[in-house]
Amino acid sequence: MAIVFQRPHALRETQMHYCPGCTHGIVHRLIAEVIDELGIEGKTIGVSPVGCAYNNYLYFNCDMVQAAHGRAPAVATGIKRVHPGNVVFTYQGDGDLAAIGTAEIVHAANRGEKITTVFINNAIYGMTSGQMAPTTLIGQVTTTSPFGRKPEIDGFPLNVCEMLSTLKGAVYVERVSMHDIKNIKNAKKAIKRAFQVQMAGLGFSIVEVLSTCPTNWGVDPVNALKWIEEKMIPQYPIGNFRGKDLEV
Amino acid sequence: MGEKILMKGNEVVAEAALRAGCRHYFGYPITPQTEIAHYFAKKMPQYGGTFIQAESEVAAMNMVYGAASAGARVMTSSSSPGVSLKQEAISYAACAELPAVIVNIMRAGPGLGGILAAQSDYFQATKGGGHGDYRMVVLAPSSVQELYELVVEAFNIADRYRTLCMIMGDGMLGQMMEAVEFRDQEDICQADKSWAVTGTEMKRDHNIITSIYIDPEVLEKHNLKLQAKYRQIAENETRVEICNCDGADIIVAAYGTVARIIKNVIKTAEKEGIRVGLIRPVTLWPFPAAAFEKYAQVPKAFLSVEMSAGQMVEDVRLAVNGKKPVHFLGRMGGMIPTQKEILEKIREILK
Amino acid sequence: MAQTDMIFAGFGGQGIQAAGKLIAYAGILEGRHVSFLPSYGPEMRGGTSNCHVIVSDEPIGSPILNSATVVMAMNRPSLDKFESYLEPGGILLIDSSLINRDPVRTDIRVFTIPATQIASEMGNLAFANVIMLGKLIKETGVVTAGNFEGGLKKVLPERKHYLIPEEMKALRIGMDY
Repeated sequence: MAIVFQRPHALRETQMHYCPGCTHGIVHRLIAEVIDELGIEGKTIGVSPVGCAYNNYLYFNCDMVQAAHGRAPAVATGIKRVHPGNVVFTYQGDGDLAAIGTAEIVHAANRGEKITTVFINNAIYGMTSGQMAPTTLIGQVTTTSPFGRKPEIDGFPLNVCEMLSTLKGAVYVERVSMHDIKNIKNAKKAIKRAFQVQMAGLGFSIVEVLSTCPTNWGVDPVNALKWIEEKMIPQYPIGNFRGKDLEV
Repeated sequence: MGEKILMKGNEVVAEAALRAGCRHYFGYPITPQTEIAHYFAKKMPQYGGTFIQAESEVAAMNMVYGAASAGARVMTSSSSPGVSLKQEAISYAACAELPAVIVNIMRAGPGLGGILAAQSDYFQATKGGGHGDYRMVVLAPSSVQELYELVVEAFNIADRYRTLCMIMGDGMLGQMMEAVEFRDQEDICQADKSWAVTGTEMKRDHNIITSIYIDPEVLEKHNLKLQAKYRQIAENETRVEICNCDGADIIVAAYGTVARIIKNVIKTAEKEGIRVGLIRPVTLWPFPAAAFEKYAQVPKAFLSVEMSAGQMVEDVRLAVNGKKPVHFLGRMGGMIPTQKEILEKIREILK
Repeated sequence: MAQTDMIFAGFGGQGIQAAGKLIAYAGILEGRHVSFLPSYGPEMRGGTSNCHVIVSDEPIGSPILNSATVVMAMNRPSLDKFESYLEPGGILLIDSSLINRDPVRTDIRVFTIPATQIASEMGNLAFANVIMLGKLIKETGVVTAGNFEGGLKKVLPERKHYLIPEEMKALRIGMDY
C-alpha cells in the first residue's frame, strides 16, 4: 500500500503545544516539508524566537538555537558566518521581529545576510496573553488596546514586507497566508523558494505568514481563518514584493 | 618568544585573539577601545575570518551568541555603556553555557559619562550585570604584556568550562603602548565542542542551544549545575599577584592600572620607612579572597584603591572579614589616583 | 639613569605622538622598559596633543606622569600646562619658533630651539619634532642616535623608509644646535 501522507522527517515525533486552530503547527510542517524536499536537514540550523514558538527547537529535527527576544537575526548571523555552507533560518513572531527586534531584522536584511526568516504575523502577542503587536490592526481590541488600536495613541500597523523590500540586501520578500488550502500551498512554495535563495547565496530572504490566534482574537478556529481573509489581507496584501524572478 | 615590539593595548587585544584562534569578531564602535575593531577589520580577511560592525552592542553580543553556539572561538569588545547593552545576551549565553570572550575597556560612568579611564564596572562584571544567578570569569590585566597573555588565557578558560570570560581593562591600558613579546605558538585548549550546532549531517540527534527551562525543577537543576561549575572555576582559576606583603604595615588592594601606581607607592613609601604590601587580584571573579585571609593578620590595616566610588572594597571587606580595618581611596570620572594622594592616605591611616 | 619621565606636548599634527613613539621604540632597542601613554578623545581632533613616555631600567609602575624629568613643549599652551610638571633640575625643551615667552621656572635646565623654523628651512615642517628630539637625546642621553634610527625603522611604514636619512639629518641638527 502506498503511503500518501506522513510526518516529514525534519519534524520530530512529538506533540506540539499550540492552541486549537493556531496555524503555527501548519507553518512548522511546511518548513519541515521544504527541508525534506531540499534534502538539507543535516545542514540546517534553525533559530527559535521568544513568543509562542519559543520551544519549536523541540519540533524540528535539525540543530536549533533558541534566541533572546527579537535577536534571532543577529544570532543567525553569528551562526551563518561560522558555517557559511549551512542553511540557517529564523522563525519569529510579530512582537519578536517587528517590535523588539526591528533593528536586528532590518540590519540582517540590509547586510544581505544569507539566512531565511519565516515571520509569523497574527496581529497580536500570543504568549504573553493578547497584547497589541506592531501589526495589530486599527480598531483591533487587545489587552493593551482595550478600546481598540487608536493611531493617535498607538501608531499604525507595521507592514514589514513593504518596509524590508526597500532594502537591496533583502532579495526575496513575500507575504503569504494560512487562511485556506490554496494559500497554504502557495506559502509552502514561497518558503521553499526563500530557502533556495539562501542556498544559491543570493542574500536575505523572508516569508511573512499571515496566521491565526483564535485564543487571543476571541474567535473560533474557522472564523479565525475568515478573520485573516477579511481583516488582515486588506492591511497586509499577499504576494511577492521582491525576487519573484530570481534564478535559484 | 619573538622580539619585543611596541604596541597599543587595544591592538594587542585583537592580535592576542587572532593568535588564540579567534576568527569571529562582532562589535560596535565606542571610545576608548575602537582600535580593537580597526585591527580586526584589517586583519580578519587575511585569516579568512569574520569581522562585522554590528548595528548595536545588543546585536553584536547576540552575534557572539550565535557564533559561540556554532562552536567558534568568538569575541566582542566594548567600553562601559556598550557593555551595559550586552548584558541581555551575556545572561542568556551564561545560561546556555556558551564560551566567548568579552573585552571591556572601561570608561567613566554612569550614563555616557566620559571617555577617560575608570574602574566603575566592577560590580557589573563580577556581581552579574545581567539577570539571574550567573558568573563569568573576569580577568584584569595591568600591563600590555599581561593583556596579551590573559586574552589568550581567556579563550582557553572559556572553552574549558563553557563559560563567558571578560577582560577588564581601562581606557589607559587600552590606549597605552608598551613593549610586548609574543610567543611563537599559543597553547590552545582543544575543547570538545560536540554540543555545538553544526548541522546534524543526519549522523546524530539534533543539538539544541537554549536558555529557557520552563519547568522549575529542571531550571533549578540547571542552576545547580552552573553553580557547581562556578565552584570548580573558583577552585582552579583564581589568580592573584602578591607583592611585599610579608611584614607589611599596610596592604593595598588594587587591580589593573591602579596596581601599577601602587607599585610606585611601594618604592616611595619605603624611603619613609613604611612597608606597603600589594594584593592585586588578577581574576576579579573568582575573587582571590584566600590571599586576603592569608595576610589578614599581617598589616595594621587594608586599603582598597580604585578608580570608582568603592566597589572592589566590598569584596576586600568580605575577605578580611573584620579582622582588620579596610579603608578606601577612590577617584571617579576619569581622574586617576596619584602616588601623592595614596601616600597621604596611607600616612593618615597609619597615624 | 634609572628612569626618564618625559612629556611631549604640542598641537595635533606636529608629530607629538610620533615623537613619543620614536623615543619609546628606541628605548626598547636600548633593552630598557618603556611605556607610552597618549592623550585621547576629543583632544585628538586638532587641539592640543600630548603623551607621557617613560624609559626605565626597571619595570614601569604607573604610565601616567604627575611630574616629569623632561618636558618637550612645541606650543605655548603646552608650555603653560606642563612647565610646572618638571622636577627641579629637569629639562625643558622649547620650540622657540612657536613659543613667545620665557619659562618662569629657574630651577630647571632650559633649551630653546627654533625647530619649526629650521624644519621650514629644510623644506619639511614635519622634521620639527625630530629636531627637538635631537636636542632631547643629546641632553638626556635617554637613547642613542643609533637606536633612534632603529626606532625610526620600526615606527615608519616601509614605504616611508626613504625618509630616514633626512630624519637622521634633522636629528643631528637638533643634537648639534
